[in-house]
Amino acid sequence: MYATRLIAAASLLASTCIAMAADAPPGASSCSGCHAAGPNGQTPVPPLQGRPASEIVSQMAAFKSGERKGTIMDRIAKGFSDEETRAIAAWYEQQK
Amino acid sequence: MRTNRRQFLKTASAAALLPMPAIAQGAGPKVVVIGGGFAGATAARFIKMGNNTINVTLVEANPTFTACPFSNGVIAGLRELKAQQFNYEQIEKAKVSLAFQQATEVDAQVRSVTLRNGTKLPYDRLVMAPGIDLRWDGLPGYTERDAETMPHAWKAGEQTLLLRSQLESMADGGTVIISAPANPFRCPPGPYERASLIAWYLKTKKPKSKVIILDAKDAFSKQRAFQSAWAQLYPDHLEWVSLSKGGKVTSVDPATKTLKTDFGEHKADVANIIPPQRAAAIAQIAGVADRTGWCPVDPVTFESKLVPNIHVVGDAGIMGGMPKSAFSANAQAKVCAAAVVDLLAGKTPVEPRLINTCYSLVAPDYGITVAGVYKPKDGLLADIEGAGGVSPLDAPRENRTLEAQFAEGWFRTITGEVFG
Repeated sequence: MYATRLIAAASLLASTCIAMAADAPPGASSCSGCHAAGPNGQTPVPPLQGRPASEIVSQMAAFKSGERKGTIMDRIAKGFSDEETRAIAAWYEQQK
Repeated sequence: MRTNRRQFLKTASAAALLPMPAIAQGAGPKVVVIGGGFAGATAARFIKMGNNTINVTLVEANPTFTACPFSNGVIAGLRELKAQQFNYEQIEKAKVSLAFQQATEVDAQVRSVTLRNGTKLPYDRLVMAPGIDLRWDGLPGYTERDAETMPHAWKAGEQTLLLRSQLESMADGGTVIISAPANPFRCPPGPYERASLIAWYLKTKKPKSKVIILDAKDAFSKQRAFQSAWAQLYPDHLEWVSLSKGGKVTSVDPATKTLKTDFGEHKADVANIIPPQRAAAIAQIAGVADRTGWCPVDPVTFESKLVPNIHVVGDAGIMGGMPKSAFSANAQAKVCAAAVVDLLAGKTPVEPRLINTCYSLVAPDYGITVAGVYKPKDGLLADIEGAGGVSPLDAPRENRTLEAQFAEGWFRTITGEVFG
């Protein structure tokens, strides 16, 4: 009984892991080149994991319009439609 | 076509027509990754992370990885080579099998990779990230042995240290010459960052000296941003000679450190020859490189356009608008990993978006960038119009300082993701 539960928990973990890496919307996997996804390589560039989607969406919009000045995000934000940005933001909100 | 092949394999294995050792052993599919640099190590890790039932083997000849980005800082004495070096311990902990061997053969028919020690690794899908080879037939007079006299330093390691020690032992008043190749080559802004940091070193330590770039091109990456910074920082220490001004080096004489161009001869005290390049030899052996020497790939899955079930990522590939950079290699590898996981599960990969960001240091506290966002178009990765571009010329000086700080942060982040 205990063993069965353990196996169930393990496979649940495994499938969560699959969802994390494979179901990322287009563009999302590139972000971690600068926004560290794990405890390694943290920098002043803020992590995106677990951040409210609305916050990511509004910051991307501000970069895109020029309202928020950036060194590089202003140039990158212009490459994504609002819909693409929303999908990326929603996905990051779910990541831990 | 892909669906047909999958359906065929499914039917075949169900009817036990083909030997399928992986399935017979009750194990998952097999993926082999050749090359443990930014592209290959990322791909191996993310395929395993994407589906831990896949058996992933990373094949890499060298147990220590020496990163090229920031190695120009080592040449200029700003950092030590150790800061560039990483091992594969964490990748092994992530349950990726490691084979510290050179891959010598790829048999795309039976789908197997042969290693130097004779081991054969069967695969369902192969990811090739072999990087570049320097073309020793690319510049008359320059052979592999001559790199001991006139280093290329285009693969980080001993060569990086050699160029640094030559600069350190050069007398003040000397001339450093960098020969920059025609496109395409690894790290398009690299020769200009190197010239910048060498100029910084000379200005600081040997102010009567000078660095000259002899270029086989009339235009280069981040050109206006570099040139604007050079005019400000190094008016007496750095000179760029373009192709049309006679910059193309046509032959070299290592004995006298002389570089010949169509317009004349240049005698160097320190000569850094960056020769023409192509995808590494194993790509030619596997048949994934075309006549250009580079590997054409599908921009959605990074599967070779020449050989099925082999994917190519990183510097070896023809990636359309994406430059041969570590950031690109890492971004491509993550997209490729997701595609490989999908394909092995019988799913169709979605159309990706990719980003590239390249930092260059013009001085220790002066950074510039080029960025791009890419999507598949006409079989290549094309720039999304209106996005990306180079750090603006009129940006305030504090942005240059910030970009230099972000450059270091980027290096920590990306090496943390790949090797940490």
